[in-house]
Amino acid sequence: MTKPKTGYTRPLDFKHGRVDMTHGSGGRAMAQLIDELFVAAFDNEFLRQMNDQARFPAPQGRMVMSTDSHVVSPLFFPGGDIGCLSVHGTINDVAMSGARPLYLSASFILEEGFPLADLRRIVESMAQAARDAGVAIVTGDTKVVEQGKGDGVFITTTGIGVVPDGVDISGERALPGDKILVSGTLGDHGVAVMSLRENLTFHTSIQSDTAALHGLVAAMVAAVPAIRVLRDPTRGGLATTLNEIARQSAVGMMLHENKLPIREQVKAACEFLGLDPLYVANEGKLAAICAPQDAERLLQVMRAHPLGCDAAIVGEVIEDPHHFVQMETAFGGRRVVDWLTGEQLPRIC
Amino acid sequence: MRFVDEFRDGALARNIAANIAREADPRRRYHLMEFCGGHTHAISRYGIADLLPANVRMIHGPGCPVCVLPAGRVENAIRLTQTPGVTLCCYGDLLRVPAADGMSLLKAKARGADVRMVYSSADAVKIAQENPQRQVVFFAIGFETTTPPTAVAILQAQALGLANFSVFCNHVLTPSAISHILQSPEIRQLGVLSLDGFIGPAHVSTVIGSRPYEYFAEEFQKPVVIAGFEPLDVMQAILMLVRQLNEGRAEVENEFSRAVTRDGNVKAQLLVAEVFELRRIFEWRGLGLVPYSALRIKAPYADYDAELRFQIPAVSIADNKACECGAILRGVKHPRDCKLFGTVCTPDNPVGSCMVSSEGACAAHYSYGRFREVR
Repeated sequence: MTKPKTGYTRPLDFKHGRVDMTHGSGGRAMAQLIDELFVAAFDNEFLRQMNDQARFPAPQGRMVMSTDSHVVSPLFFPGGDIGCLSVHGTINDVAMSGARPLYLSASFILEEGFPLADLRRIVESMAQAARDAGVAIVTGDTKVVEQGKGDGVFITTTGIGVVPDGVDISGERALPGDKILVSGTLGDHGVAVMSLRENLTFHTSIQSDTAALHGLVAAMVAAVPAIRVLRDPTRGGLATTLNEIARQSAVGMMLHENKLPIREQVKAACEFLGLDPLYVANEGKLAAICAPQDAERLLQVMRAHPLGCDAAIVGEVIEDPHHFVQMETAFGGRRVVDWLTGEQLPRIC
Repeated sequence: MRFVDEFRDGALARNIAANIAREADPRRRYHLMEFCGGHTHAISRYGIADLLPANVRMIHGPGCPVCVLPAGRVENAIRLTQTPGVTLCCYGDLLRVPAADGMSLLKAKARGADVRMVYSSADAVKIAQENPQRQVVFFAIGFETTTPPTAVAILQAQALGLANFSVFCNHVLTPSAISHILQSPEIRQLGVLSLDGFIGPAHVSTVIGSRPYEYFAEEFQKPVVIAGFEPLDVMQAILMLVRQLNEGRAEVENEFSRAVTRDGNVKAQLLVAEVFELRRIFEWRGLGLVPYSALRIKAPYADYDAELRFQIPAVSIADNKACECGAILRGVKHPRDCKLFGTVCTPDNPVGSCMVSSEGACAAHYSYGRFREVR
């Protein structure tokens, strides 16, 4: 009789293995998945404590917190995947207050039968994105649902950051006369994801713009601490974001169509699909509102940063009791740029 | 974007606008109806009304396929989705059209009905092939532009021997709608609505050609200019109509000569003639019962006719009493004249069909032009 090897577990089969119900059971299989995949990939001192919570020193100042669930379909798309998207999305939401993002949590809902190879690809992409951003994933959770009750993987991330003193960036601060800037081309993410959808496969060279924007924000805040509003135009696109701000600040806005940076390929894809690029999602762009005298300096700082090289001043905040976002069309007329109605592109992030 | 930007050039637009302003006679009015929702959308989206003198007024017509579909037919489709084993395929705009009790296909889908949004009739055929255990019904709507693809889908299904595919046919005809408007009491007797000329459809005319409009120009003495859906096309067509009216002409002119010929797409016409025949009468939202204005599937293709396969009954549902969609579709009223507009009826919660599709007069005005109403 051979002696049992103490403490031996056969390593997870990341080539052919699949998620099964035991990976969410709380037992040994789950512990193994956490050790061999999540802790190995995200490795940091807080995660290594292996407690049900992460303990970390609280920084001085005002903290910000944000959470974001990711359900994008397909999971892998040109320029990214659900993994890096889930890191960028929450970092950006934290950064839009002017904050420096510090810590993330990650919660996974896995579907029974999901290939471990794909899961590893996603987790490694998250780890890479977090390392690049200098933000630690310090705690997490894993649940498994039966086949047919999920869509591969859903990821929820929550982020914590701290806002420097003297910075007060908020959606209700836009004032008539302020300038509206965007950090680059609009609609890239939505079109990249759309190009892979089963019922309308079309070929495009467009890549998702998914990126962590806190570096760009730090440069902008350093140059113009008095920035009034920052927001990343994700679902619903720039149109929806500006309508939100107009309502919060009780102002109107006037955009200039010929100033909007939009790639030719995105314009063409939108034309073909009957979409408006102003409503298509971005995952690596921000809209900024600042006082008119700060606009030119802010624009230069944005353009000097790799994630803002196509930045542009696209419009002004105006007085309007009805809070309309309007646009001067390139054609010479005027129109409302309304809230998004219904859903234009489902499951985009 | 090549072949698109050329037709959205602001400098050229101002040039044409200047010509319209110079040539439009201030002592008379030019009430021009754009038949098509595509034109309505372009006019609202590009702010074309801003570029026209006050006496040149655009009146939105009924050429929005979703808008003219009576609620009863949507109700039929919703009930069809309750039949076990049925998968209903339709174009996106249709999902949100309200039928009885505020129900829509989108709401039916949320309650478990198998409703799929498709971009073309070919997608519906593919879904039928991939799901042999399901009865796949294509909810076919639209004017002459979308009819040939439906004919192709039926012929394809026949060639593939697809026993689980059928079409709920709601295709309607442009010329019958235009004559119905021109013969309406509001125009002929009451003088409520003054119509001086038409901008003719773009895509419809690529199929049927410009010849079918010659009758209106002649019989009703109304000029028709067929125009593309780009904003410069619309501007140019307005200028051409102003010139015809100034010169007392009532002819069919073709601004969209890059795509429309006098005879149209004969191959597409033959396909349609092979599969479809005229219905004696069909209900339109807003226009009521219009004789010989719609198509049904011919007897040799009856196997693919969902109306026969599922014995779909005729259902008539009255519109909300305060809803002015009917009058708006006939051009008698403007969206702003409707009490529901922008209050209980918005694109997010449409009461009438004109508020659903972006080609509908109400949705276009709400989404792009409503700032004009509050000044």
